[in-house]
Amino acid sequence: MNSIDYIRPTTVDEAVSLLAKYKEKARVLAGGTDLIVQMRGGRYQLDAVIDGKHIEELNQLTYSKENGLVIGAAVPCHKIYGDENIASAYPGIMDSATLIGGIQIQGRASLGGNLMNAAPSADAIPALIAHNAVANIVGANGTRSVPVEDICSGPGRTTLDTGEILVSISVPAPSKGFGARYIRFIPRNEMDIAVAGAGVSVQLKNGKIEAARVALSSVAPTPLFVENAGNSLVGKEPSDENIQAAANLAKEAATPITDMRGTVEFRKHLCEVLTRRALHTAVERAREEN
Amino acid sequence: MPATKVHVTTTINGEPVEFLAEPRQSLLEVLRDVVQLTGSKEGCNDGNCGACTVNMDGRIVDSCLVLGVEAEGADIQTVEGIASADGLHPIQQAFLENAALQCGICTPGFLVSSKALLEKEPNPSEERIRMWLAGNLCRCTGYDKIVKAVMAAAKEMAS
Repeated sequence: MNSIDYIRPTTVDEAVSLLAKYKEKARVLAGGTDLIVQMRGGRYQLDAVIDGKHIEELNQLTYSKENGLVIGAAVPCHKIYGDENIASAYPGIMDSATLIGGIQIQGRASLGGNLMNAAPSADAIPALIAHNAVANIVGANGTRSVPVEDICSGPGRTTLDTGEILVSISVPAPSKGFGARYIRFIPRNEMDIAVAGAGVSVQLKNGKIEAARVALSSVAPTPLFVENAGNSLVGKEPSDENIQAAANLAKEAATPITDMRGTVEFRKHLCEVLTRRALHTAVERAREEN
Repeated sequence: MPATKVHVTTTINGEPVEFLAEPRQSLLEVLRDVVQLTGSKEGCNDGNCGACTVNMDGRIVDSCLVLGVEAEGADIQTVEGIASADGLHPIQQAFLENAALQCGICTPGFLVSSKALLEKEPNPSEERIRMWLAGNLCRCTGYDKIVKAVMAAAKEMAS
């Protein structure tokens, strides 16, 4: 790793000024569980690391039934799953936060960092998409809010402009009859990268599905929002047949590659199985909420 | 570009410590090469093996994935802080008695992780211990003796 400056701003404005100064030669540090490894591996030739953990907005974690959830971009996983109210209101996000890495990683890694790292295999992103999460971004030209499904543009690439910083992620408050789930397939029980994953949510009303969302990990250049799979369930009963049809759409949408973790055929098969299972669990959870 | 060192004030194993670190240095490198606490080991250096596990502000972290300069104001506990002047900690004693180590490279990380678990949950199930220790790899023991040692330590600490 080359020599770098380490800067610890305490306000978003200060961080934005620093990003304007260093441009693509700086990265924002949250938990560092990806960034530090990548710096060591030479992915970036940085002049500066800007530590976001001393900025109040990046550390916020607030939830209310009225206003929903705001997760500061640097909040580590353990703080999210350590909050019982958040854990019960956001089950899909909870699934992700508890299976990213092991305990050591969860002590540092943030969902904001997972989103900005933009790995196709990111476990938090499909769950955030399923929960209708929105990324709050600040740059020299002001503030904008972008649905999480529109953030990743390629492996390790995002739609943020140089000089912009992710400040927080907002997640709407779930209504009665909402359920969500994230599951992944890995060859061991923990501490591995998804061969494929599925994050889904359903909103039930009077026994029918009013809205549903499906997103996949590790089967495309970015985490993949499969809008038509969720939409196929709208207005229907959560029957085995309807869920199977949605799972088939997820399988069709996946464009995986063959690598050491799995083949194209296996990954496509996983998309169908994982989407089906995740939808069934999301429906069960939605019913428990009734 | 010459490296500019940063002055860091922190607490390690209850003692105030000051050191100079280059921003690119990991906490693990600082502990081993600057502060001369070589108990924490470098295994993979990318957050998979847990041999460098330390306790930072009450949470276990991989010190290879923390910058040394991030230790400013933190409270850090390493394997060196586990034993007391009176002797070994019950977890260390249990690792010895249960032969929970062979080559020993992973052991400091397992001790720091296990101690954090038992402080939080004094009576964990075997499954809970295995899941908690998933971020610590051991290529000698097959884990069974480690899990048994942690269970024995829990029992000893409860009595």
